[in-house]
Amino acid sequence: MRIVSAADMEKVSRSGLRKIRPEKPRIAVGLATCGIAVGGMRVYDRIKEIIGEENPDIELARVGCIGYCREEPLVNITIPGKPLVILHRVTPGDAEEIVRAVEKGEVPVEKALCRIPLWDHITGCTQEYGAGFDGIPRYEDVPFFSHQKKVILRNSGLINPEQIDEYIAIGGYAAALKALSGMAPEAIIDEVEKSGLRGRGGAGFPTGLKWRIARNAEGDRKFVICNADEGDPGAYMNRNEMESDPHMVLEGMLIGAYAIGVSEGLIYIRAEYPLAIRRLQTAIGQAREYGLLGKDIFGTGFSFDIGIATGAGAFVCGESTALVASIEGRTGRPHPRPPRLTDPGGGLFGYPTDLNNVESWCNIPVIISKGSEWYAGIGAKGNSGTKVFSLVGKVDRVGLVEVPLGTSLNTIVFTIGNGGAGNKKVKAVQTGGPSGGCIPARLFDTPVDYESLNRIGSIMGSGGIVVMDEDTDMVDIARYFINFAASESCGKCVPCREGLKHTLLILNKILAKKATKKDLEILSDLTETIVATSLCGLGQTAPNPVLTTLAYFRDEYDALVNP
Amino acid sequence: MDERTLDAIIARHDAPAGRLLGILGEIQNQEGYVSRETLEMLSEKVGVRISQLYGLATFYSYFTLRPVGDHVITICMGTACHVKGAVAILEALEGLLGIKSDVTDDGKLSITTIDRKFTVEIARCFGACSMAPVLRIDGNLYGYATPEDLPGILGEYGWKP
Ligand SMILES: Cc1cc2nc3c(=O)[nH]c(=O)nc-3n(C[C@H](O)[C@H](O)[C@H](O)COP(=O)(O)O)c2cc1C
Ligand code: SF4
Ligand code: FES
Ligand code: FES
Repeated sequence: MRIVSAADMEKVSRSGLRKIRPEKPRIAVGLATCGIAVGGMRVYDRIKEIIGEENPDIELARVGCIGYCREEPLVNITIPGKPLVILHRVTPGDAEEIVRAVEKGEVPVEKALCRIPLWDHITGCTQEYGAGFDGIPRYEDVPFFSHQKKVILRNSGLINPEQIDEYIAIGGYAAALKALSGMAPEAIIDEVEKSGLRGRGGAGFPTGLKWRIARNAEGDRKFVICNADEGDPGAYMNRNEMESDPHMVLEGMLIGAYAIGVSEGLIYIRAEYPLAIRRLQTAIGQAREYGLLGKDIFGTGFSFDIGIATGAGAFVCGESTALVASIEGRTGRPHPRPPRLTDPGGGLFGYPTDLNNVESWCNIPVIISKGSEWYAGIGAKGNSGTKVFSLVGKVDRVGLVEVPLGTSLNTIVFTIGNGGAGNKKVKAVQTGGPSGGCIPARLFDTPVDYESLNRIGSIMGSGGIVVMDEDTDMVDIARYFINFAASESCGKCVPCREGLKHTLLILNKILAKKATKKDLEILSDLTETIVATSLCGLGQTAPNPVLTTLAYFRDEYDALVNP
Repeated sequence: MDERTLDAIIARHDAPAGRLLGILGEIQNQEGYVSRETLEMLSEKVGVRISQLYGLATFYSYFTLRPVGDHVITICMGTACHVKGAVAILEALEGLLGIKSDVTDDGKLSITTIDRKFTVEIARCFGACSMAPVLRIDGNLYGYATPEDLPGILGEYGWKP
């Protein structure tokens, strides 16, 4: 069936709603990569074994992940007329008890994390589940959730990512319909500009402006690309966005392609994410079936389709020019810009190309559906919207945290993350991965926005926050990142290829307690030279972990060096 | 890799964008490594010089050029896993399997036991960082790994002390 009108959409929506909230109880198991890694699949299989393949009284479903990784495996239960209840730390051994309770219209209260009577999916649908289960804490009262604002993760963990009908039922593709059938491309770009959305891949370039440049670029063939390389080791926001709500990425790309005037799209995704690749493939297939990708979308005459290109484990391929080289089947070595991707001759196969991060695309349907004013009202001045962070390392409550930009590190690490794991004292966080820096706990009142993080020597990056505690050796962390960058250097320019190698040797010498004060001076000079003279972002930012640890944890270096 | 399988892989990647890495990726996924013979066959079939294919297979850390054992154990060396003790996991694993690598955290590390039962590799990140440290055996992820867990996990794959 092809969807061409609001009435068609309504029909699909009703079918989707029957899946999300069937007339019988639904048990939905969170099955994203992390949920599976701690046994979610075994829970699913065990429940299936108990209730049988087709059970007239209970629906069993797979959903994505709500991001409270520490409490996985998560299972949510919807009993008609009652709030949705999230169960946590579920084991296959709990399956029997869960099923028996659900059969009676109950939930196992001692396994419950929280209840959700009402959920705003933001893009046009508020789900009213119902009242009851008063003994279970409300979602808003769970400390991990209470300071979060779910805009990007609006559907994650609540819908089945492999069912396009469920996405449509909660308002999905309505923004695309609105944009393609009722808005001029320029008007969409205006909206995105006014929203203040900045690129979520790290550099924070205004998305609307990039689209305008791409739209105005000379050329009758152009591309849009979604950067799903997620190369920062320790960050997995994009993975969950694609695994839990893949259609949100596709819808964002569809709207962007229409605004820029492009009919070919690509998702460049790392090969290490097999489940995300599979779910995207499924989603693309379903969108094609409904005519949401392909020719003459919504009967508007506009055509657009999306292909998938896989990476192969090279961090530098997240950089725009290397990424394009990689898709073209070459080794991922950056070239100087200009030409930028949006310039004629600079993009994929030489055609003007717009490149945006996964999460940048995820914001688009929201901006179109709620309007730029609503969106700009979230976050801080010049830093509107929310950002998803992966809060990991030595923090008590690990997981995906979505907060308005401008939220302080204190709120993220202490209020939401509950401080150090095992009551250890938090010493620092590392943001921005190999390009970022280490921020000491005394600076945790810093608001997390692009400029504030730059001011203290780090970067926003893609959203990885790794917490370090009193036991973490900061010089070892610096060495870790330099080792990473040195082995990921593409080798094209000398400062990065040779400079990082020597930086690593000096750090090894320091850690072996064989270095002198003189070596520390060389370390500073060398790293500053690498920053100033490297060709691409990898080399230019790779010394940040050293520069920040030298600035904030100098005593740890001094304790290791001889005079 | 036999010719029919390779032809089928090539046929699945008919669009020019992402073609070569897509094909090489599938070869790697199916065989566990990319052999010289397969590269030669591929070179002929897609009309790309073998030097260029070899360049790709060595530049990108996802590919291995050496054959692997029956089970591939991949240890994550990403930041979250590093902070939570991935090095200790690797060391314990080396002890159990009786192999020794001079670890450089380099993505290309790949060592195989003499009986060819296990190959140990390292990876950058599986995106399951919250469950650090993480290891993967033949596509199955194990989170919150400790050195003490290893004998049990390896046992699932036929390892005996
Ligand atoms: C070494 C290096 C690695 C990068 N890795 C990524 C990445 O994994 N994902 C990403 O979206 N952007 C990455 N970037 C940034 C991209 O080059 C680009 O700025 C971004 O994808 C643009 O999208 P945005 O404007 O939506 O943020 C990287 C940049 C550099 C220099
Ligand atoms: S800075 Fe490093 S990664 Fe970038 S082009 Fe130079 S050598 Fe390659
Ligand atoms: S548990 Fe799902 S993202 Fe971590
Ligand atoms: S850092 Fe190990 S899974 Fe991400």
